[in-house]
Amino acid sequence: MPRQPQEYDDIPGTFVFDAERSRQGYGINMFCMSLMKDENRKAFRASEAEYLKRFPLTPEQAEAILKRDYNRMLELGGNIYYTAKLGATDGHSFQHLAAVMTGMSQEDYAAMMLAGGRKVDGNRSKTEKTRGKKRG
Amino acid sequence: MARIIGGATTSHVPAIGAAIDLKKTDQPYWQRVFSGFEKTKQWMAEAKPDVVIGIYNDHASAFSVELVPTFALGCAAEFPPADEGWGPRPVPVVKGHPELAAHIAQSVILDEFDLTVVNRMEVDHGLTVPLNLLFGSPGEWPCPVIPLAVNVVLYPPPTGNRCFQFGRALRKAIRSYPEDLRVLVLGTGGMSHQISGPRAGLINSKFDKAFLDNLSRDPKKLTRITHLEYMREAGAEGIELVMWLIMRGALDDKVDEVYRFYTVPASNTAVGHIILANRSGK
Repeated sequence: MPRQPQEYDDIPGTFVFDAERSRQGYGINMFCMSLMKDENRKAFRASEAEYLKRFPLTPEQAEAILKRDYNRMLELGGNIYYTAKLGATDGHSFQHLAAVMTGMSQEDYAAMMLAGGRKVDGNRSKTEKTRGKKRG
Repeated sequence: MARIIGGATTSHVPAIGAAIDLKKTDQPYWQRVFSGFEKTKQWMAEAKPDVVIGIYNDHASAFSVELVPTFALGCAAEFPPADEGWGPRPVPVVKGHPELAAHIAQSVILDEFDLTVVNRMEVDHGLTVPLNLLFGSPGEWPCPVIPLAVNVVLYPPPTGNRCFQFGRALRKAIRSYPEDLRVLVLGTGGMSHQISGPRAGLINSKFDKAFLDNLSRDPKKLTRITHLEYMREAGAEGIELVMWLIMRGALDDKVDEVYRFYTVPASNTAVGHIILANRSGK
């Protein structure tokens, strides 16, 4: 059954980790959780594709992990607190991951945060974003 | 009888913990954040609570997607710091208050809040960073802390209204405990932030400041904020502000605002903090 549309799907640039995504992404999140143990991090680094076979992942999910496509992982049911463990395994800071997900350089992302962060105006809903107007 | 002297809320940004652990607190970036908690530490030293109820959320440390309790109360004697991938934070073990925790569990469940009782749990930055902000970095935390872990990671978290009502039940439970204890309720998380997806970095200071105003004076208004509104206005992860409403529900209707602090950013997040004193708690 395809994913049921949700009211919050209208929020731009956001993948809400809901019960449906949690069901779908169980394998992604349990894989990420496994990286809390050093022996697992070593096994993963030794052969990433081989290690992923230990978890119930669809080919799309495995591909997203191997390519470090963090937005795609979220879309396929990953949760940020879990995928951040993959980022940490790669030696990246959280801000690096945040920048990657926004398509910005880490320098530009950090500068945006120091300047007060991403503005909410124009980012509340997909329609608002497209039309560049405030929600009525 | 036990009484609630007041409540506090603070963000629990992991980078704040890292700044403490890596001794970067004197850097100008971090000084801006930590200077906002000097007055807090003084107030805490004078208030000297006997017990803190620490409301926070676990970040895939003690719990995973295998088990997601909505409200989980730590009833153990102690809660070690969790290894979040870089080794456990070098902070003291959190000592609980098992007798009061057992009393709270029994009271709120009979009050129709279907609490999960936890007898073994490690606690992550969600709890230990706020303890640093309140107490600094002592060799031992100055009083027992009862952790209350709330699910705000898997959507939907409990509603703001449910959290506020839970606070009411918590208040009733604490006030019916026979020992003369002075209790502080600590809400953590927030304020506005989004750390996931292409919209990461969202901050809404206007929302945050109104939230602080209403938390102090008109909290009922905050119980009507929908999950959709939290996510739209305060970012996907800003929804964790519902935890602040548990704290507020546990306090008197009218409180004295002792102190507040707000700054942007700490890493990816707006940092907010407030101290509210119960008039009945003096």
